[in-house]
Amino acid sequence: MAEVFQAIDQFPVTLKTWLLGHAAGVMPEWALPLLSAALSITPILAVFPLLFALTTVIERKGLGRIQNRRGPNRVGIPLTNIRLAGFGQFIADGIKSLTKEDIVPRSADKVVHFLAPIALLIPVLLTYSVLPFGRNMVPLDLPQTGLLFFFALGASTELSVFMAGWSSRNKYSLLGAMRAIAQMVSYEIPLILSALTVVMIAGTLSLSGIVESQAEVRFGFLHSWHLFTPWGLVGFFLFLTAAAAEANRTPFDLPEAESEIIAGYFTEYSGFKFAIFFLAEYLGLFAMCGLGITLFLGGWLPPFKFLGFIPSWCWFLGKLVALILLFIWLRGTLPRLRTDQLMGFAWKFLLPMTLINLFVAGLWHLSVTSVPMTVRWIGGFALLAIPYWLLGRGFEAKVGKREYRFAN
Amino acid sequence: MLGTGILKGMVETAKNFAGSYHDPERLTTVEYPEQRIAPKENARQFPMLIHDTEDPMKGLRCVACQICEKECPPQCIYIVKSKDKRADYKGQMQFYPATFDIDISVCMSCQICVEVCPFESIKMDTEFELSNTDRFGGLLIHKEQLAKSNEHYRKIHPADAAASDAVLAAEVAKAQAKAKADAEAKAAKAAAEAKAKADAAVAGTVPAPATSTAPQPTSPPAAPAA
Amino acid sequence: MTLQDLTQAMGKPTFQRKAEVIGIGREGELLEVAMGPQHPSTHGVFRMDVVLDGETIVKLKPVFGYLHRNHEKIAENTSYLASMPYTDRLDYFCSLTNNWAYALSVEKLAGLQVPERAEYIRLITAELTRLLNHTCLAGFLLQDMGALGTPLMYAFREREKILDLIESLTGARMMCNYMRFGGCRCDLPPGWVDAAKKVVAEYSKFLDEFETLLSGNEILMARTQGVGKLSAELAVSAGVTGPMLRASGVDYDLRKVDAYGIYARYPFRIPLGTHGDVYDRYMVRMLEMRESLKILEPALKDIPEGPVVDPKAKLRGFRPKPGEAYGRIEGPKGELGFYLISDGSPNPYRYRVRPPSLINLTVLEDMCLGQTVADAIVSLGSVDIVLGEVDR
Repeated sequence: MAEVFQAIDQFPVTLKTWLLGHAAGVMPEWALPLLSAALSITPILAVFPLLFALTTVIERKGLGRIQNRRGPNRVGIPLTNIRLAGFGQFIADGIKSLTKEDIVPRSADKVVHFLAPIALLIPVLLTYSVLPFGRNMVPLDLPQTGLLFFFALGASTELSVFMAGWSSRNKYSLLGAMRAIAQMVSYEIPLILSALTVVMIAGTLSLSGIVESQAEVRFGFLHSWHLFTPWGLVGFFLFLTAAAAEANRTPFDLPEAESEIIAGYFTEYSGFKFAIFFLAEYLGLFAMCGLGITLFLGGWLPPFKFLGFIPSWCWFLGKLVALILLFIWLRGTLPRLRTDQLMGFAWKFLLPMTLINLFVAGLWHLSVTSVPMTVRWIGGFALLAIPYWLLGRGFEAKVGKREYRFAN
Repeated sequence: MLGTGILKGMVETAKNFAGSYHDPERLTTVEYPEQRIAPKENARQFPMLIHDTEDPMKGLRCVACQICEKECPPQCIYIVKSKDKRADYKGQMQFYPATFDIDISVCMSCQICVEVCPFESIKMDTEFELSNTDRFGGLLIHKEQLAKSNEHYRKIHPADAAASDAVLAAEVAKAQAKAKADAEAKAAKAAAEAKAKADAAVAGTVPAPATSTAPQPTSPPAAPAA
Repeated sequence: MTLQDLTQAMGKPTFQRKAEVIGIGREGELLEVAMGPQHPSTHGVFRMDVVLDGETIVKLKPVFGYLHRNHEKIAENTSYLASMPYTDRLDYFCSLTNNWAYALSVEKLAGLQVPERAEYIRLITAELTRLLNHTCLAGFLLQDMGALGTPLMYAFREREKILDLIESLTGARMMCNYMRFGGCRCDLPPGWVDAAKKVVAEYSKFLDEFETLLSGNEILMARTQGVGKLSAELAVSAGVTGPMLRASGVDYDLRKVDAYGIYARYPFRIPLGTHGDVYDRYMVRMLEMRESLKILEPALKDIPEGPVVDPKAKLRGFRPKPGEAYGRIEGPKGELGFYLISDGSPNPYRYRVRPPSLINLTVLEDMCLGQTVADAIVSLGSVDIVLGEVDR
């Protein structure tokens, strides 16, 4: 039985090895690494854009239900009455955006305007190369620089956002691009600092190494995810907040705040270029979620040892979908922050919290052998909760619920 | 504490998410072309002209008095009066509309034409699927399309139709009473004249001109609602 | 602070616009953006010409008139009755209160009496209108704040219930054209009062839900508190009325001041803000809805039988005697007044609307200077404008 589960688990790896083995006889030697790369890239290019397509429908349906509507439920198979509960919608949307007129403003910088969506999509796709999707399934295992590579590519998306905003020659685009730059640069710091705690504990920058550092089994059934520690729990939420800001999701979707600046930096994009922006934005979110899963939620590891028979890549995808649903839920609930509040939140709340979290993680690591478990837990939480409470008090001093007087 | 308001809000949206699957109070929409909500009895969309007989064009109640044309706030009614007259439902000779057009791209469904009409002839329909590919001619509705039977009116607005029928029945009764009174008066007058003639013949004098004021019939009480 | 105290205390206006903010000599550094008339958050075809220093507003010029359709001149050229459906289109959320204000001024002009039952119907429909207007406003305000339609959809879900009531009464959901000079057009349909009682009884549940969803939300509070402040002095000097004035702390509600209709019979309280910011305007409206419910519940119980229109009122050939009249009511957005001069002909000689939206909008620049684009959008949303009424 175990062999069967393992075969399913390792099926993509086996398939690739098998294909490469067959190709070795036919193809010249120099082409084999290229084929190997192509075989690794193909599933990523197939799975994640498809997930994006499904997410657009799920998001609209989910938001619809949150808002007491039905959401898209019509588009199914053409020329029949089969509706597929609306899951044909993304195909229709794709065809629509492909066939729509591509409008470029007359005074736009046409080359940069054309390059911006591509310059956004490529680094986002490259970030997937270091993510471990399953056991032995990491396309490019960089043992020394995995996490660094991810963040470096993530940072390069800022350039393309500014390219889009600048080249459109539209005031709203420019405002959106400026907002995006300020936001992304600010939130990169809490993002990296919250990820740094994990690096500190795991002692490696390799993402598959980080997953393996969470594989230790506690109490006979529980995998030691970093989430199951005080610093990991807080760090995960800090990471998610910063990731939402990096991916321009509600409540940090200021760069494309439709009620203020139309659509921000892609105001002047239409047709398929807009679709590429849309795709890149979601793929960026998925990559961020994937990184969060790898760092804090045990990557492809199951939470409990006895659930290990489920293939590792299913765990990864399941956690990814759960995080996407969480973001959809947030999107359906929260209003948006203002620019200065967003900056204040990053520098005055997230940054101190991540620094304290780093300190707590250090203490946690040093006290592994000397201090009993309960003391470590209580101490860790106290060290994190007290600054949180104090920072919250600072906020509540400025704003809060009010009492109203009445005249008769 | 910071964040509690956000968490409360998220619980609320989660409740709504779950509620929209089982609670009809939460999911209030219907899927339109397949499911429809029955129109409210008072609902109004665009005007229609009521006719009583089988042939819509012959039985229109409208007598082309043009009051609605004058009162219509956006001036969307266009009426041309007929040259000849024809008998209406009371048997009275009346004009009829040679042309009666309503531009429903202008009409704002205010119902003022219905209120000012003294002949119970223009009423509001509940039909709303009137989209058309011809934006000029297609939205100018002629009397042929406007004419709807009284049965249709009874079906869509039962209470209003009953009131309207009562008014008409009263009018008919009044007209009949008047006709009867007129006939009686005529007969009385004829009898009186005959009598006067006979008297004159008897007396051999010239009869005085008969006073021709026929007794006015009092209006009968309104018939009970049908 | 009442209006009288304030006007006496003022003497001369104490507010002053910052003279140095206009940014003369910095032309090259400032960004001029025309927000609107096609813009997602201008509530129709309104335009704000803003001059930005970064994202800070140094100048804001409201431009309107894109929806001007000559309402007043049309009314002067048609009969009194034919203007009634046009008043629906002023503030198309609150057609019943518009009807009432117009009917009230014509009744003053022609000396018509409104029967008891019609007064009750007017009160009930006007308070229902206030409910749906404030509900939608809260939804739109949060939509402007970026809450992606969720509060708006909840608001629309509840508004739908009131619209159903209004439809079964007047035949139309928004363009009601219901009130007539000296009463109402038709009587309540059977079962209407019970349906209305049910909606009113359940409304507070919705208000609770809405408040749980948002009123305590930290992001909402951070976005609205201290934003778009309007001082009581400036509000009074600019003629601001309605919830906006009351959020600035001035106790002025025509339902109490004029006690028109039968408002004097029902006790209700007027919520007053202290800061005059967007949060106060939002909360004052939320609290006003609860007070409206307190009026509606007893009014629906003691609605009397009787005729709904003054038998003296004529539908055709209505010619009030020469004279003038100004009728005003507390609409959901503020003081809505109609000023009419009759010269004895079937048309008014002069017909003038006092639109609360327009007059409340005049203080927009003072509310927004020195704040960001996002604040300007929220401040505009909290004014509660409907362009049909602003442009007329």
